[in-house]
Amino acid sequence: MSENPLPLEKENEVYSRKSWWGEVWGRLYLNKMAMAGLAILIILVLAAIFADAIAPFGYDDQNLNETFLRPSLSHLFGTDNFGRDIFSRILYGARISLTVGLFSVSISVVAGGLLGAVSAYYGHMTDNVIMRLVDVFLAIPGILLSISIASALGPGLMNMMIAVGIGSLPTYARVTRAAVLSIKEQEFIEAAVSVGASNFRVILRHILPNCLAPIIVQATLGVASAILVAASMSFIGLGLEPPTPEWGAMLSVGRPFIRDHWHIVTFPGIMIMFTIFALNVFGDGLRDALDPRLKR
Amino acid sequence: MFFEIKDLSIHYSTGGNTFKAVNHIDLSVEKGQTIGLVGETGAGKTSTALGIMNLVPNPPGRIVSGEILLEGKDILKMSKIETRRVRGNRISMIFQDPMTSLNPTITVGEQLSEVIRVHQKASKIEATLKAKEMLETVGISGDRYGEYPHQFSGGMKQRVVISMALACNPELLIADEPTTALDVTIQAQVLELMKKLKNDFDASMLMITHDLGVVAEICDSVAIMYAGEIIEFGSLEDIFDSPSHPYTVLLFGCVPDIDSDVKRLTPIEGLMPDPSRLPEGCHFYPRCPKRIPICAGEAPVNVEIGDGHKVKCFLFGKGAALN
Amino acid sequence: MFAYIAKRLLMMVGVVLGVVFVVFTIMYITPGDPAEIMLGETATYAEKETLREQLGLNEPFLVQFGNYSKNLFLRGDLGISYTTKQSVSSEILERFPTTLMLAVLGVAVAVGIGIPLGIISAIRQYTVFDNISLVLALTGVSMPNFWQGMMMIILFSVWLGWFPSSGFNTPLHWLMPALTIGTSSAAMIMRMTRSSMLEVVRQDYICTARAKGLKESTVIIKHALRNSLIPVITVAGLQFGALLGGSVITESIFSIPGVGKLMVDAVKQRNGPMVQGGVLFTAIIFSFVNLFVDIVYTYIDPRIRSQYSRKAKKGRKAPHE
Repeated sequence: MSENPLPLEKENEVYSRKSWWGEVWGRLYLNKMAMAGLAILIILVLAAIFADAIAPFGYDDQNLNETFLRPSLSHLFGTDNFGRDIFSRILYGARISLTVGLFSVSISVVAGGLLGAVSAYYGHMTDNVIMRLVDVFLAIPGILLSISIASALGPGLMNMMIAVGIGSLPTYARVTRAAVLSIKEQEFIEAAVSVGASNFRVILRHILPNCLAPIIVQATLGVASAILVAASMSFIGLGLEPPTPEWGAMLSVGRPFIRDHWHIVTFPGIMIMFTIFALNVFGDGLRDALDPRLKR
Repeated sequence: MFFEIKDLSIHYSTGGNTFKAVNHIDLSVEKGQTIGLVGETGAGKTSTALGIMNLVPNPPGRIVSGEILLEGKDILKMSKIETRRVRGNRISMIFQDPMTSLNPTITVGEQLSEVIRVHQKASKIEATLKAKEMLETVGISGDRYGEYPHQFSGGMKQRVVISMALACNPELLIADEPTTALDVTIQAQVLELMKKLKNDFDASMLMITHDLGVVAEICDSVAIMYAGEIIEFGSLEDIFDSPSHPYTVLLFGCVPDIDSDVKRLTPIEGLMPDPSRLPEGCHFYPRCPKRIPICAGEAPVNVEIGDGHKVKCFLFGKGAALN
Repeated sequence: MFAYIAKRLLMMVGVVLGVVFVVFTIMYITPGDPAEIMLGETATYAEKETLREQLGLNEPFLVQFGNYSKNLFLRGDLGISYTTKQSVSSEILERFPTTLMLAVLGVAVAVGIGIPLGIISAIRQYTVFDNISLVLALTGVSMPNFWQGMMMIILFSVWLGWFPSSGFNTPLHWLMPALTIGTSSAAMIMRMTRSSMLEVVRQDYICTARAKGLKESTVIIKHALRNSLIPVITVAGLQFGALLGGSVITESIFSIPGVGKLMVDAVKQRNGPMVQGGVLFTAIIFSFVNLFVDIVYTYIDPRIRSQYSRKAKKGRKAPHE
C-alpha cells in the first residue's frame, strides 16, 4: 500500500469502471417504489434473522389465561386461541415464509433453468421432449400440482418447499429457454464453440450469465408467488403442522374464530400482503432497471 | 387565400427540456396549388403537418402560437366537433409509412368506408360501394374490400391510404413523405397516381419530402425548412434555377445531377442543431459557409428578392448592405 | 382454420395423456394404504387384502396405470372414491357446474374490472386515477385470496351483515366469492391492458384514425382496443388456470360445494382417486380453455388467422402487387 503513488480516492477512480450492475443499480435507485420494496424486504429479513432477540414471547408460549386478547401494548397484535402472542409468532413466521420462498424458488430456478437451457441449447429432439413435458406440467394449474405433490410427500417444511418448487418449475424452464434461444445465435457463442469449449462449459460460462436478467426478474416475482402458494397450502392444512407459526397456517388456525376475534386473522394476512407487495414492486423495478427499453 | 398558416410554433417538452420543433412558420396555399415542404429529417416537417390537423400529440407536444386558417377560419380555435368535420373531409393526410398507418385488425374496406360514413350522410351500403369505387380509382380491385392490410404489399397499402385520403374530396391534401418508405420502382407509380388524382379531385396539396426529385416532379412552389423555420420560399423555377439561401444552395449540392460533370457531391458540414438548444441568431449560422458577423447575434427576417421569392438570410436586403 | 383446430386437439390429447401419467404416478407414490382408509383401522389383514385384490392394487405399476387409463378413456371412469365409495367421475360432474359458475364469475370480475380500469388509466396516464389504480392493482396482486375472503366475511357478513358468508345459492352469495377469486386476476389484466393500450395508442394507425375525423371514443374503442386486447387475451387465458386453482381455496372459505372443496377434503382424507380425478379434470378443462383462447386469438388478429390458413393451403396464394 505504501508504494501506491495515488491517494485512495484516485485509486478508486482508476479501478472504478462503471459496471453493468452498477448502472442497473443506478437506475433501480431512482425508482422510489422499488426502493420502498427493498426497504421492506430488508426489514423483513432482519426481523426473521433476529426474531429470537426481537420477539417479546416465544412462538409457542401458551397462556390459557390470556386467550383472544385484543391488540394492546403488551401484545401488539393480540393473542390467539392458546394465548400465544401473535406479534411474536408473526416474526418467527417471517423466517419460515422467507425460507420457503427462497428455497423453493432456488429449486425451480436451478432445475427449471437447467432444463430450459439444455432444451434450447441442444434443440431438435431434446428440445421437443423437454418442452412437451413442460407442456404437460403447465396444463396442471400450479397450486394443484403443488397440492398433489405435497400430499404425496407428506407434511414437513422440506417437503413443502419441494412441492412448491416443482409446482413452478415449468415456468422457469420456459423463461430460461426463451432467454437462451435469443443468446444462442449470437456470435460470441460461436466463438466459444470454435475455440473448443465443451457444451457444458458454453452453457454454464457463456450462455447462462448472459440471460440472467429475465431469470432474476422471474425469480424475484417467483419468491412472491412461492410464498403465496405455500401459505395457501398451509391454509388448507397441507404442509406444516402446528404449532409452526407459518403465516398461512396461522390464518387457518384462526379461521374458526373470525366471527368474534378479527385480529387473529388480520395481522398474519397483512404480513403476507406486505411481503408479496414488497417483492412485486422490487421485482417490477428490477425488470425496468435491467431492461430500460421495456419501461412503459 | 384559401389556406394559410400564420406564425405557427410547436414545442415538445420532455424531462425539463423544450424542443422547438416548429418556429414561427408562415405559409399559404392557393386553390389547386401544390407546395413542396422540403427539409432534412428533424427539420419540423411532420410536426407542421400534424399541427395543421391539430393532431400534435399532447403531451409532450404543444402548439405554442399561430393560426391555421382554412378559408379564413382558424382550425386551432374550432370546437372538437368542427375540427373533426375538417379532418379527413376538407383536409386529409397521407402518412409516411403505409406499413404502420393502416390498422392491422380492421379490413381495408372498412377503414375506407368508415371515413366516408363519418363525413357524408351515406348508408352502410352506399359507403361500401363508394369505398370499392375509390379502391378501383387507385388501381386496386374492389373485390379486395374485405382483405386485411397484411395481405397487401407496401405500394398497395399506400394506394389504399391515398384512396382513404381522397374519399371525401378534400380541399387540401397533406402528404407526409408518401413515397419514402416504398421501393424506388413503386415510388414513381405512386407519385404519378397522386399527381393525377390531385388534379382529378381538384385538390390543393402540401407535399412534405426531403427528395428534391419529387419536388421537381410535382410541385408548383417550394418552401425550404431548416430547424423549424422556412428559410426560403419561391416558385419551383425560383428555387431550382436561382436558389438563394446558402442552405438551399448546399442542399442542391447534395443531389447528383447527370447533366453536370461534378466529380463528387458536397455534403453539408455539421449537423442540424439540437432543437432544445437552437443557436441564437440565424439557426444555420454554425454550418453556413457564407456566415458574416451579424448572423451570430441577430435572427434574419424574410426578404423578398423576387416576385414571391423570399429568403431569410442577411446576405440579402439589409444584411447585404452591411456586408 | 379447421385443420388448425384439429391439430391443436391432437396435441391436446398428447398433453392430457401426459397429465394422466404424471398425476397417476404422483398418487401411486403417495403413502397410505387405501384399503385401510376405506375399511378403517379395525379391519383385519384378510379383509384389507381382499379389497386390495378387488381394486387391483396388487398389480404392478404399469398394469394399474393401463387399467386406469383404459377406464378413463373408454368409459370416462375415474375410479371409486375411498370415502364415499361412489364413482369419482359422477361426484365431480355433480359439483362441476358450481365450480364452473364460480370460475366464470371470477373471469367476469377479472375482465370486467381489469379491462376498463386498464383502458382508463392508459388514457389518463400519470393522473391521480392512474396512480390510484396502480396502487389498487399492486394491492390486489399481493393479497392472498383466502385472506381477502376472510376479511370480506368479517366486514360484510359479520360486521355489516350485507352478504351471507357461506353457500352459493343466490346471486347474493356469489358476490364475495367472485371478488375473492377474481381480484388478483383483475389486477394483472388491468396492468396488462394499460401497458398494451399505451403501446397501441402510439402507433401510426391511431394517428390515421384521428386524421380521418373520427370521434376520440371511436378511435379508442374501435381502433385501439382491439389491437391492445391481443396480449391481454393470452394473460386472461392463463389467468383462467389460476382461477381454477384458486377455486380450491375460495370454495373452502365460503363452504361452496364445488370440485375445489371436494379436492381439499379428499387431500385431507387421503382419498387418492378423488384428488387424482379432480386434478385431471381441472387440467383437461384448462386445456380446453387454452384451445379456446387460441381460437379467439386468431379471430381477433387476422394476421395470425391467415398465417394458419396459408400454412394449410401451402402457398397457393401469395400476396402480390
